[in-house]
Amino acid sequence: MQFMLLFSRQGKLRLQKWYVPLSDKEKKKITRELVQTVLARKPKMCSFLEWRDLKVVYKRYASLYFCCAIEEQDNELITLEIIHRYVELLDKYFGSVCELDIIFNFEKAYFILDEFLLGGEAQETSKKTVLKAIEQADLLQEVRPHVVTLHFNSALFLIRLLRLN
Amino acid sequence: MPAVSKGDGMRGLAVFISDIRNCKSKEAEVKRINKELANIRSKFKGDKALDGYSKKKYVCKLLFIFLLGHDIDFGHMEAVNLLSSNKYTEKQIGYLFISVLVNSNSDLIRLINNGIKNDLTSRNPTFMNLALHCIANVGSREMAEAFASQIPSILVAGDTMDSVKQSAALCLLRLNRTSPDLVPMGEWTARVVHLLNDQHLGVVTAAASLITTLAQKSPEDFKTSISLAVARLSRIVTSASIDLQDYTYYFVAAPWLSVKLLRLLQCYTPPEDAALRSRLTECLETILNKAQEPPKSKKVQHSNAKNAVLFEAIALIIHHDSEPTLLVRACNQLGQFLQHRETNLRYLALESMCTLASSEFSHEAVKTHIDTVINALKTERDVSVRQRAVDLLYAMCDRSNAKQIVAEMLSYLENADYSIREEIVLKVAILAEKYAVDYTWYVDTILNLIRMAGDHVSEEVWYRVIQIVINRDEVQGYAAKTVFEALQAPACHENLVKVGGYILGEFGNLIAGDSRSSPLVQFDLLHSKFHLCSVPTRALLLSAYIKFINLFPEVKTTIQEVLRSDSQLRNADVELQQRAIEYLRLSCIASTDILATVLEEMPPFPERESSILAKLKRKKGPGILPDIDDTRWNGNGNVEHSESSSPSLMADLLPTNRPRPSSSSPTIVVRCTFVTVLVNSRFVCKNNGVIFENQLLQIGLKSEYRQNLGRIYVFFGNKTSTQFLSFSSSVSVEALTLRSPQLNIHAKAVDPTVEGGAQLQQILNIECVSDFTDAPVLDIQFRYGGALQNIAVKLPVMLNKFFQPTEMKSQDFFQRWKQLGVPQQEVQTIFKAKHPMDTDVTNAKILGFGVALLDGVDPNPANFVGSGVIHTKSTQVGCLLRLEPNAQAEMYRLTLRTSRESVSQRLCDLLSDQF
Repeated sequence: MQFMLLFSRQGKLRLQKWYVPLSDKEKKKITRELVQTVLARKPKMCSFLEWRDLKVVYKRYASLYFCCAIEEQDNELITLEIIHRYVELLDKYFGSVCELDIIFNFEKAYFILDEFLLGGEAQETSKKTVLKAIEQADLLQEVRPHVVTLHFNSALFLIRLLRLN
Repeated sequence: MPAVSKGDGMRGLAVFISDIRNCKSKEAEVKRINKELANIRSKFKGDKALDGYSKKKYVCKLLFIFLLGHDIDFGHMEAVNLLSSNKYTEKQIGYLFISVLVNSNSDLIRLINNGIKNDLTSRNPTFMNLALHCIANVGSREMAEAFASQIPSILVAGDTMDSVKQSAALCLLRLNRTSPDLVPMGEWTARVVHLLNDQHLGVVTAAASLITTLAQKSPEDFKTSISLAVARLSRIVTSASIDLQDYTYYFVAAPWLSVKLLRLLQCYTPPEDAALRSRLTECLETILNKAQEPPKSKKVQHSNAKNAVLFEAIALIIHHDSEPTLLVRACNQLGQFLQHRETNLRYLALESMCTLASSEFSHEAVKTHIDTVINALKTERDVSVRQRAVDLLYAMCDRSNAKQIVAEMLSYLENADYSIREEIVLKVAILAEKYAVDYTWYVDTILNLIRMAGDHVSEEVWYRVIQIVINRDEVQGYAAKTVFEALQAPACHENLVKVGGYILGEFGNLIAGDSRSSPLVQFDLLHSKFHLCSVPTRALLLSAYIKFINLFPEVKTTIQEVLRSDSQLRNADVELQQRAIEYLRLSCIASTDILATVLEEMPPFPERESSILAKLKRKKGPGILPDIDDTRWNGNGNVEHSESSSPSLMADLLPTNRPRPSSSSPTIVVRCTFVTVLVNSRFVCKNNGVIFENQLLQIGLKSEYRQNLGRIYVFFGNKTSTQFLSFSSSVSVEALTLRSPQLNIHAKAVDPTVEGGAQLQQILNIECVSDFTDAPVLDIQFRYGGALQNIAVKLPVMLNKFFQPTEMKSQDFFQRWKQLGVPQQEVQTIFKAKHPMDTDVTNAKILGFGVALLDGVDPNPANFVGSGVIHTKSTQVGCLLRLEPNAQAEMYRLTLRTSRESVSQRLCDLLSDQF
């Protein structure tokens, strides 16, 4: 995998992970182009598209798009399930994850991703093992985690990404 | 409603994020961010030492601001400090900041590496993992230099924790991708293969990716992985779904690992060992069988995971291309997917079948699905799926179904997306030519193409139809009749006028017997289009008119009148005016015989690969298209011969009174047994000097270039006291066999004897036809004391030699800079200085590179800005460049903008090597 982007329906980038060396300018250019391309697609369209010399695999979960760029010989369907497993991990960790969790706890989203994928390849696919690693790290916190309560203005960001069915 | 921030509760961070989200406008957001940046800056600069928690919080805020898309130019030091904290979360945030905001500041890299080193040797697995993740995320050369030799031992040590092994494996994979030269191969490689046997499936999953990457580079060294991978795969596919516990994903056993193992096996040919081979075949059969079983779950995750493994298995079957039964089964399976209700599966089935079509075992089986694929072309709602259908039709096309497929593609073209029209046009043109049994069908098809999608028909396509008509007598009359009829349409595309003008000018006589297409009618028809056309088309029509004067003396006066009119003789366009004057004069003074000789029918074109095919290859990249059988391609079985002085296509087609070189002398390519190829970057910015020297021979060069032409004087000095006999020296141009030549080089023959101590001179004349990458090679052969010597030297003929400097004002420069703003037009690179950073030397190098140095353009006087135009025969490419030195970091940033992606890239590669 060359990179993974999470962005909202409004085109706001929520998470970016690059597995190939690119300049900030290139990253911005790619992000802009890809967000536009994916947002322009209709809901029933297929989850894969050719883009430059890469294959793009994307899926929408509630208000968020998860989008991965893979190479010619990589497997599209397994990438789709990489995305899903990542959403499951986030969901389990945050408990019914929604976009707002990822906005406010972006660093956690990065840590979970690093436990799951490294160098663009699946490192550990067991949900239990990944979560155990993250929770162990949480236990190492010196300050007792205290809950921060916040108020906000839109319910849009609160839709659970994973639908239960 | 309240939201809960889980984690370590950096309240200040949450409040800040909340503030940003409440900003009503972009301006308000920028204001809030600037306020925060000022606050953080003062905290970092303040006298009071910050505690770890505050440092962590501020670094995290900076990270958030950066991720919003703002530039961050401080805080790196504080982040690095966090690495040495013994508190896990502080360390973690420090690493995250570094992973996201890699900075090539060398001082910092040393400090970062220091932090990583401490954690790697800490024996604390969570710290080790953080360090390994950071290396894997950054993957820079400096990190590879520092750690590439250390990580293998962590990976294979007996006492390393599983999770650390996993991180180490993928960390090595990343380093091997970015700096393969720094990852030492050695004793550990044998042990790493055995990780495929590890009892922890997570370790196997991570290791499988690493082994695949290594095996792609040196397959021989990792051959033992085949049997281990097959054994592992076999255990997975035959396991009951619960056996693998948490590695079972929606009732599919270890799908990620299965896919990786199947991918690893694609680095190799089928196993030679019979038992192993049959075990693998069993695995593949089991996977194919499972596809037929009823699903264990209705969830899409179940079917996706199952099919991911299936598609990878099919990819392996296609890669092996050796088991006909498996190939046909794979094809049938994909055939089922072609009609699946899931769009994703239809897309993948079309894609996968494309590769299956090129196997001799399954080509026929793929063809049976033609109706489904055609139906997909008509009914799919998603353009990317239709695109796959077009690709598949192209791949499955052969003589038996060509007419049907071409007809379907043509009818699809009428409604096709603009984004893919040009590609379809190319494909139709190629198939029509490749499988043309009678050329009337071919001519009809191309004219249809022009009629339906004229704007998307590139020059290559209409050049090609003319080449074919000229080379094949049997189709000329039909072509003349057909274009004549097509031109009757009240509005026809300019490309049709071009083809029509050219063909009637050559073969209008073949239909002139019919009173409905008498010479005058033909002329009037062409001339009725004249005023609607662009200058190049008008020029072509004028040439057609002079050809008419030769073919049909009866219309001579009519045409002379037209040429004589003010709108021609005083045309504002120089080319048109010149043609009108010259043609008129020619028709007045030349005798019928002379006219007939000058305006004789064009001789056949040399058979060569169609430039259309080359164009499609360039569009799609190599490897995607089925190979074209060359003998079939040429139709008459002529083997293509390379031409040393091939004129450009356009020159071929313009019927001017300049004689066209009718025969071509093939370039002599000397195959050397002892090759010494020297790539000499010293000559990028200079034209003269010694390019090669050994005990026997010295080769020196003097070169001069003007626009797209160049001349090189090569001096061969015999350093011995003995004669060189049978001396020969010729030029070959590499890697150009598939396209028409980008460089034409003519080497004057040399004397076969070089006396001891004497010097021999050879002149090379060079013409740059289009932009190019590969330097030509000078092949030298001679006998010295009975032994045959072969020497091959790369000639320093690079694209930048064809620069003409252009001076311009600051304002013009920026205007052009903006015009070249399309992402592909710009290439940028950042690199470390290899030589002392001296302004005068840099100035000299940039001037030597061929561009004009523009003073006072860049606001920063330390930067260099240049501009020039690359001249090639086919086109001129304007080029702007900017070089920004960073003396402190000893780095440069080089940016090039030209109207052509390939030119930008090539020039950037050449110049960045110079400093």
